[in-house]
Amino acid sequence: MMEGSDLSIFAKKKPQPMASTAPLLRVEGLTKRYGARIGCADVSFDLYPGEVLGIVGESGSGKSTLLSCLAGHMAPDAGRVIFDTAEGPRDTREMSEPERRRLARTDWAYVHQNARDGLRMGVSAGGNVGERLMAVGARHYADIRTTATDWLGRVEIAPERIDDRPSAFSGGMQQRLQIARNLVTGPRLVFMDEPTGGLDVSVQARLLDLLRGLVREMGLSVLIVTHDLAVVRLLADRLMVMKGGRVVEQGLTDQVLDDPQHAYTQLLVSSVLQV
Amino acid sequence: MTDQAYNFAYLDEQTKRMIRRAILKGVAVPGYQVPFASREMPMPYGWGTGGVQVTSACLMPEDCLKVIDQGADDTTNAVSIRKFFQRTAGVQVTEATAEASVIQTRHRIPETPLREGQILVYQVPIPEPLRFLEPRETETRKMHELEEYGLMHVKLYEDIARHGQIATSYAYPVKVEGRYVMDPSPIPKFDNPKLSDNAALQLFGAGREQRIYALPPYTQVVSLDFDDHPFEAGKAPHDCDLCGAGESYLDEVIVDDAGGRMFVCSDTDFCASRQAVGHRGRLSPEEV
Ligand SMILES: Nc1ncnc2c1ncn2[C@@H]1O[C@H](COP(=O)(O)OP(=O)(O)OP(=O)(O)O)[C@@H](O)[C@H]1O
Ligand SMILES: [Mg+2]
Ligand SMILES: [Zn+2]
Repeated sequence: MMEGSDLSIFAKKKPQPMASTAPLLRVEGLTKRYGARIGCADVSFDLYPGEVLGIVGESGSGKSTLLSCLAGHMAPDAGRVIFDTAEGPRDTREMSEPERRRLARTDWAYVHQNARDGLRMGVSAGGNVGERLMAVGARHYADIRTTATDWLGRVEIAPERIDDRPSAFSGGMQQRLQIARNLVTGPRLVFMDEPTGGLDVSVQARLLDLLRGLVREMGLSVLIVTHDLAVVRLLADRLMVMKGGRVVEQGLTDQVLDDPQHAYTQLLVSSVLQV
Repeated sequence: MTDQAYNFAYLDEQTKRMIRRAILKGVAVPGYQVPFASREMPMPYGWGTGGVQVTSACLMPEDCLKVIDQGADDTTNAVSIRKFFQRTAGVQVTEATAEASVIQTRHRIPETPLREGQILVYQVPIPEPLRFLEPRETETRKMHELEEYGLMHVKLYEDIARHGQIATSYAYPVKVEGRYVMDPSPIPKFDNPKLSDNAALQLFGAGREQRIYALPPYTQVVSLDFDDHPFEAGKAPHDCDLCGAGESYLDEVIVDDAGGRMFVCSDTDFCASRQAVGHRGRLSPEEV
């Protein structure tokens, strides 16, 4: 049918955030100190469904701290983190620990910079991908295996590697496996801390391509930390620039990169251009 | 004669009270691992000091004790522990399951069904079923607290992926009353069905790891599995060569240098009792 084919065109396009939809995540005045030192301070932003927000800044600018606080790995000192749960918007800081952990293994996913931190190294690739399925109650072995095989394919790992341990994988493969393991349950919000960090440049490019494909295909909402502006250029709809724990500039990626307002952002952009 | 250098059943009354409190807590929360301050016992950990402490705290002068190791009453381990309590508590001892009021065991549940009033004490080396995949104690405790047991199925998944079936045949994980996942100690999975709905009180003691847990009588215990790989208790396709029993757990015994083998009940009391009333197996001596 005509309508069907029209719709399929739209389906391939990434859903664009609309002003009328509620934010998936609303962050207000988030602050985290390490003693006297500032981790991040007074960070506020909204993330809309289907949006990719890049967080950039030099080393020590508070990117990981912010992400850890948002994902509930660390308790912030002040601020609100409001997530649009199935039962409506909730401040994750006011949730009980069981509730937060449940979110972490259903609606949320967290891709660590170091794949070893996000994988079970003693468990096969299939088991790694299957864990989240089993955590939410999957009890049919053949189904779990089929889904795991499918996901390995989606991250370009040959199905015959399904019973191999991640320790037998290259760094790039481990990172792709970590991504598969995180996305298998269709999370609504994905946190990524330097997902391409520590990989060879050619491996990075391939991983980025793959990530971009998955983000588009699944319409993922993503918070991605990086200090690589090429990564945000390719993946992020919007960009947030941090310095000394504070957000110094945020806006649409192209706007910020092409016409940076803050002196620090200008420096960041020009230093990349020189490379 | 009781050795007067010791308090009854070796441990002092205060320690026994502490252990009994842990047992009561375990009974109140079936399958939950209760920490307790394990004491040094005059034997190495591998000898079941956890079980010995639980037995010590349970024994009354009028009790009748049976001790088995792999189903047998006559192994070094079983004999030593039995002697230990004979010496320190002066209680009666027996090899007959039906006569015992307290049975301490390693690796088996007796074949003869237990009855109300009996206590079965298990020696446990590693009480934490999640340990294999999650070495952090703080994390496994949290997993129990929040009923996050997906990881247990990851272990079974790995089993099937590697062996084509759930190859775990000892210490097969169970879920207790739909709540706590528990390691039943290294009993063969053949014994798992006996854990459930058992008339006896079942107590588990881990000495080195300082944990006690319990299954009160008639507790529901379910072995974990997958829908398409259901739990099977499994049984060797033989009858006992000495008593002909077809439903008991069998040990394989090499009988000669030529590789001759026989299968006999691992539960020596069960086998002997059957032979005593005339049951015979493939290799039973000719009748005279
Ligand atoms: N555990 C900690 N204890 C004390 N200070 C910390 C701790 N973690 C981070 N900090 C400090 O907080 C600030 C922000 O660090 P953070 O790790 O969030 O930066 P980042 O932007 O992720 O840096 P990088 O790009 O190097 O990963 C830094 O000054 C850092 O030294
Ligand atoms: Mg960082
Ligand atoms: Zn027999």
